[in-house]
Amino acid sequence: MSLLDRFLQKDEVALSRLISYVENQAPDYRKILSSLYSRTGKAYRVGITGPPGAGKSTLVDKLSCDLIQNGNEVGIIAVDPSSPFTGGALLGDRIRMQDLTTKKGIFIRSMATRGSLGGLAFATKEVSLLLDAFGKDFILIETVGVGQIELDIVDACDTTLVVFVPESGDSIQAMKAGLMEIADIFVVNKADREGANRIVSELDMILDVRRKKGEWNYPIVSTEAVNNKGIDDLLKKIKEHRKYITENHLLEKHRKEQIKSELKKIMELKLKELLEKNLSDANLDQLAEKVYSGQEDPYSAGEKILENLNL
Amino acid sequence: MRKKYRILLAKPGLDGHDRGIKVVAAALRDAGFEVIYTGLRQTAEMIVEAAIQEDVDAIGMSILSGAHMTLFPAVLDLLKKRKCEHILVFGGGIIPDEDISKLEKKGVGKLFTPGATTGEIIEYLKKALKEGRKEEAVF
Ligand SMILES: Nc1nc2c(ncn2[C@@H]2O[C@H](COP(=O)(O)OP(=O)(O)O)[C@@H](O)[C@H]2O)c(=O)[nH]1
Ligand SMILES: [Mg+2]
Repeated sequence: MSLLDRFLQKDEVALSRLISYVENQAPDYRKILSSLYSRTGKAYRVGITGPPGAGKSTLVDKLSCDLIQNGNEVGIIAVDPSSPFTGGALLGDRIRMQDLTTKKGIFIRSMATRGSLGGLAFATKEVSLLLDAFGKDFILIETVGVGQIELDIVDACDTTLVVFVPESGDSIQAMKAGLMEIADIFVVNKADREGANRIVSELDMILDVRRKKGEWNYPIVSTEAVNNKGIDDLLKKIKEHRKYITENHLLEKHRKEQIKSELKKIMELKLKELLEKNLSDANLDQLAEKVYSGQEDPYSAGEKILENLNL
Repeated sequence: MRKKYRILLAKPGLDGHDRGIKVVAAALRDAGFEVIYTGLRQTAEMIVEAAIQEDVDAIGMSILSGAHMTLFPAVLDLLKKRKCEHILVFGGGIIPDEDISKLEKKGVGKLFTPGATTGEIIEYLKKALKEGRKEEAVF
């Protein structure tokens, strides 16, 4: 039986193998995604971002527990950074999800960024397509959370949670970093710690400017993820947001935007491959010589190469 | 292709000494491996399930509690049940020589005893995983 046949029979070993093929951009990865694409679109995707140590993994763990108890199948993608020097990575999010691992309907995959800078790995979206096609009802995606603007998540999810903690005390700073703009729901985790109320009211003040009557109200939810407190409330808000964007056709609009960037990504990658195939190092060396010695300028040289590609 | 070796490191059993395994995790990362660390007190079921979800090339277990004669075979059995025998199982801990040869006969990979350097572990993995796995038909 082929891997795809096994995948369609819900064999997790096959799912996992196909995820690697896609992540590694194995020769057949486009064909894999293309043949499964018609099965996607059913999963609801929730992104979780916020600084390291804020409790993202713990929240994912607890949210997933609730979701599977209610009969949902859940896929989780947890992204951690690759070392820019060695390409290696230490992926530790599973430590917070130990008991989930063996539960029915759960599939957790850790991904290293492998050089990608927007908070997700290059292939995170494609991996979520596979989980979707596999039949997951919900997909939770945890970003790296190193603090830069992690805009990738908006492009890969339907609802985005941004997690704050009392000791960060930097909601203003977060605004600068662009975090405020990407959140649909604000989570203040570690509510057991001092300063939680202050953060909530600070966020509240900032959000008041943005909240408009009759529109989505950007709720703030206090949680204690380790103590499993506030999780039901958070899940309720996620469902409310889903209902709101579905009824107001915002989900449809958002997903069409995502398809556009998907299309662009597919074409850009193909072009890059084409270029790499047609432009050998020797070729490039030759051109550099010509430009250096003044025989040609780099702009016309570049144009000529592109013309020769016969797109 | 942008294949990376993926290694799952786990600390089964009840003892809470994870210093050693964390050092190995960091060394493997610095050698370019993608290391999935699953933490303390893992059962064989948890380890094998995580290894499958992460599609790892190898599982490394650190066992100081003396439970090596049950845990290593338990993991091998579960891998066999799930038809994932391609995953290499190796480990470290305070393990007597005679137990090491018994376990190796059962199909466990190299077992490192205290004093082994991280360099030796890296060398071993690079060599053992070099062949790569048999590609399966996708379509
Ligand atoms: N006091 C407190 N600690 C928490 C809470 N939620 C998570 N933690 C702890 O915060 C640490 C980091 O959590 P983790 O989920 O790994 O954060 P991540 O880096 O954002 O994924 C862990 O030690 C958790 O146990 C909480 O509500 N209160
Ligand atoms: Mg985490």
